[in-house]
Amino acid sequence: MEAFAQWLGATPVSVAIRRALWLIPLLQAVHILAIAAVLSSVAMIDLRLLGLAGRSQTLRATAQRFVPWIWTSLVVLAATGLVLVVGEPKRSLLNPAFQLKMAMVAAAVPGMLAVQALLRRNADVRNDHPHGGKMTGAFVVLTFLLWCAIAFAGRWIAYIRVA
Amino acid sequence: MEHVEALLRWIERTALAVFLQESAWAFPTIESLHVIAIALVIGTIAIVDLRLLALASVKRPYTELSRDILPCTWGAFAVAVTTGVLMFISQPVAYFANTAFRIKLTVLLLAGINMMVFQLITHRGVAKWDHDAAVPLPGKLAGALSLTFWVLVVFFGRRIGFTMSPV
Repeated sequence: MEAFAQWLGATPVSVAIRRALWLIPLLQAVHILAIAAVLSSVAMIDLRLLGLAGRSQTLRATAQRFVPWIWTSLVVLAATGLVLVVGEPKRSLLNPAFQLKMAMVAAAVPGMLAVQALLRRNADVRNDHPHGGKMTGAFVVLTFLLWCAIAFAGRWIAYIRVA
Repeated sequence: MEHVEALLRWIERTALAVFLQESAWAFPTIESLHVIAIALVIGTIAIVDLRLLALASVKRPYTELSRDILPCTWGAFAVAVTTGVLMFISQPVAYFANTAFRIKLTVLLLAGINMMVFQLITHRGVAKWDHDAAVPLPGKLAGALSLTFWVLVVFFGRRIGFTMSPV
């Protein structure tokens, strides 16, 4: 991995990304805006499943409103993240915070698919209270915390020094 | 101005400030929470702004949607302000002198004014357009300005990190 990071960091693309003065902060800002869309969309779906917000809406309407934003934003996150990694491969690839973040993303995506399946199964439910009892509630809270942990680990990349 | 600087220098020497400067984990942890809180502020306020712009949630009455969502926005905003103040306390003199920080606070003020103008003037007639997909022009304008200001807040917020030197 270290050799790969070394090689990637020396490629002309990587050098160009680092040299473009505003590019890295700009990409990070776009990355944060996409995080805003993911976290808030997940929060809205979860609050609906917990019966705490959007109770006038069916689960189908809630899913239609917020699920597309999650996947679109994840594509934006992957794209901006990729450029940031290519620009500074050593800072990220060799960083334990980055590695942990990627492991959590690998868990959060199937988690999101499970939430989507839950929404689909109960698509026409309206005005209800929590769905499927305590297990669903706990799962939904856990997936939201996982997304928060991903953002958390992301910010820590900047603070863990890689030799 | 002299008084301000004296105050900032005093803050910088308080026990809390010294702790924030010396701790290896405190500042990054607070900053991470700040980013998560701001993400929730912007993401949720954008839901309301997009409704004003008739770009999403058009079938929901405006008042029902905003009553549902704005409490989340305010909760997240409270966390963002608390963590933001803590970050400021760690290096008050340097933040105060930082251009990106000053621009960010100015834009934040503009976002607040925009919200107040909307709430005090445009929102008074809400009964007339609550159920309509299309909101009157002042409402659309408030939505567009809000989105713009919050995007700028994120941009200049990130810019601060690139223009400040760590403790």
